[in-house]
Amino acid sequence: MDLFLQTLVSGFLKGGLYALIGMGMTLIMGVMGIINLAHGQIMMVGMYITYSLFALYGVDPYLSLFVSMPAIFVLGVTIQKYLLNPLLRAETILPENQVLMTVGVGMVLTEVMRFIFTSDYKSARTSYSNATFFLGEISFSVPLVIDLFIAIMMTVALFLFLVKTDTGKSIRATAQDKEAASLMGINAERITYITFGLGSALVAAAGTLLMPIFYLFPDIGGPFTRKAFVICVLGGLGSTVGAIFGGITLGLAEAFGATYVAMEFEDMIGLVMFILVLLFLPGGFKRITKI
Amino acid sequence: MLKVEGLNVFYGDMQALWDVSFEVRPKEVLVLLGANGAGKSTILRTLSGLSCAAEGSVTFNGVRLDQIPADKIIQHGLVHVPEGRRLFPDMTVEENLIMGSLAPEPKRRRQKTLERVYGLFPRLRERMGQYAGTLSGGEQQMVAVGRGLMGLPKILMLDEPSLGLSPLLAQEIFKIIRLINSEGVTILLVEQNVKQSLKVCNRAYVLENGRITLSGTGEQLSSNDHVKQAYLGI
Repeated sequence: MDLFLQTLVSGFLKGGLYALIGMGMTLIMGVMGIINLAHGQIMMVGMYITYSLFALYGVDPYLSLFVSMPAIFVLGVTIQKYLLNPLLRAETILPENQVLMTVGVGMVLTEVMRFIFTSDYKSARTSYSNATFFLGEISFSVPLVIDLFIAIMMTVALFLFLVKTDTGKSIRATAQDKEAASLMGINAERITYITFGLGSALVAAAGTLLMPIFYLFPDIGGPFTRKAFVICVLGGLGSTVGAIFGGITLGLAEAFGATYVAMEFEDMIGLVMFILVLLFLPGGFKRITKI
Repeated sequence: MLKVEGLNVFYGDMQALWDVSFEVRPKEVLVLLGANGAGKSTILRTLSGLSCAAEGSVTFNGVRLDQIPADKIIQHGLVHVPEGRRLFPDMTVEENLIMGSLAPEPKRRRQKTLERVYGLFPRLRERMGQYAGTLSGGEQQMVAVGRGLMGLPKILMLDEPSLGLSPLLAQEIFKIIRLINSEGVTILLVEQNVKQSLKVCNRAYVLENGRITLSGTGEQLSSNDHVKQAYLGI
C-alpha cells in the first residue's frame, strides 16, 4: 500500500510540471493551429539560462525564473514574428510548413547550445536538491513539492489572465474564430506573438523548475517535445484544462509504469498510452471534460 | 457618410464585384438585396477589411477605410455583424459581448453599453453566464447584434441577420433593427428576405452577379416589375 501511495505521490508531483509543459504547447496549438515541435528545445534553452545564472553567479534556480521566463518570452515572440508569421504571407506555402519550421528552429537551438556549452551533462545542485520530508511512510521530494506549488500558482495566474483580461480574452477569441476576432478589432498577428511568447515562457518555467533535480544536456529538448505532444493529445488538442489532466495522467502513468512494470519502460508507458488514446479516445479528455 | 466608389474585388481569379459604387447616408436604413452569390457579403467583407479591393475606394467620414488594416476599422465606428453570427462558441454570452468593446472609447463606456444591450435583449441577461455555442439560433443572433452594438457603431452592418430564424424571430430582429436605427445608428443591411427588408429600409440597392443593377427607395423597388418578378415572386 505504501508503495502504491508513494508512486501516486511522485507521479502527481511530476504531473504538475508536465501540465505546465503541456499548457504552453496547447496554447500555441489552439491559437496558431500548429504543433510547436521546438517546444522541448525552447525549454532546454530556458534551462541553460538557469544553469548559467547558477554556475556563474550562484543564483538560486527558483529565483532565476524571473530571468528565464521573460528571456524565453522574448525568444518566443522573435520566433513567431520573424520565422513563423512570414511563412503565412507566402500564399503558395501550406500552413503545415510552419510545423517544419519549428523542427528547424528546434535543431538550431540544440546545436547553438551544444556549441556554447558542449554536450556535457550539467546540473544545478542546490542544498535542497536531494532533500525529502516524510508524511507517514511516504517521502516527498522538497524541490518537487516546491515545483508543484509554483506550477499551480502559474496555472491559476494563466487562467486568470485568459478569463479576466482583455488580452487574455482576445487570445481565446482568436483561437475560436480568427476572422470574427479581427472584426472585433483584435490584431491577430500581435496575438500570435503574445501566445507564442507566453507558451514559451510557460515551458521555460517548467524547465527552470526541473533544474534542481535534473541533468541538462543539449539533446534533452527532443524527449520533452514528445512528452508535450503526448500531453496535448491526451488532453485534447488546444484545450488548456485538458493539458492539466493530460500532464497529470502522463506523470502518473510514468510513475506507475516505472514502479510496477520496469524502470526502463518509464518513457514507453507514456507512448503506449498515447497510441491507446489515439485509437480509443481520439480528441482526448476534451471529449469528457468538454472544455 | 460612407462612400464606396468603383469597387472591383477578386477571389483568386474570379471577379466577385464589378465596379460597385454606392453611398450610405446618415441615419438611414440601407439595404443591399440580391440572390445567393450576388456579392452582398463580399461588399461588407470589403468594407470591414476582410477582403481586399483590387480597385476602388471606401471613404468613411473622410477616412480611406480601404487603406487601413481590418482590425483598425471598428475604431472608426463601422461595425460588421458577420453572416452566420460567428460568435465565440466557448465563451459566455457576456464575454462575447465584451469582445465587441475592445477599442478605447467603447471600452470606457463598456458597462453602460452592456446595460443598454441587456435592456434591448432581456433574454441575454438571463443567459449571460451560458456558453454562446449552446444558445438557440435566435439567441445567438441577439448576441451577434448585441456584440456589434458594444462597439458603439456609427454604421452597423448586418449580414443576413434573419438567416435560419423562424418567421416570428425574423420579425423580432427586424423590429430591433428599426429600434436601433431610431436611436441614431445608421444601418447597412444585407438580406435575402426581400419583403421584410424593403419594408424597414429607406433605400435599397439590388445586386446581380456582382454588379449593382437597380437602386431606389423601398417603395420604388417594391413596385418595380423586375424586383417583383425576381425577388418577390409576384
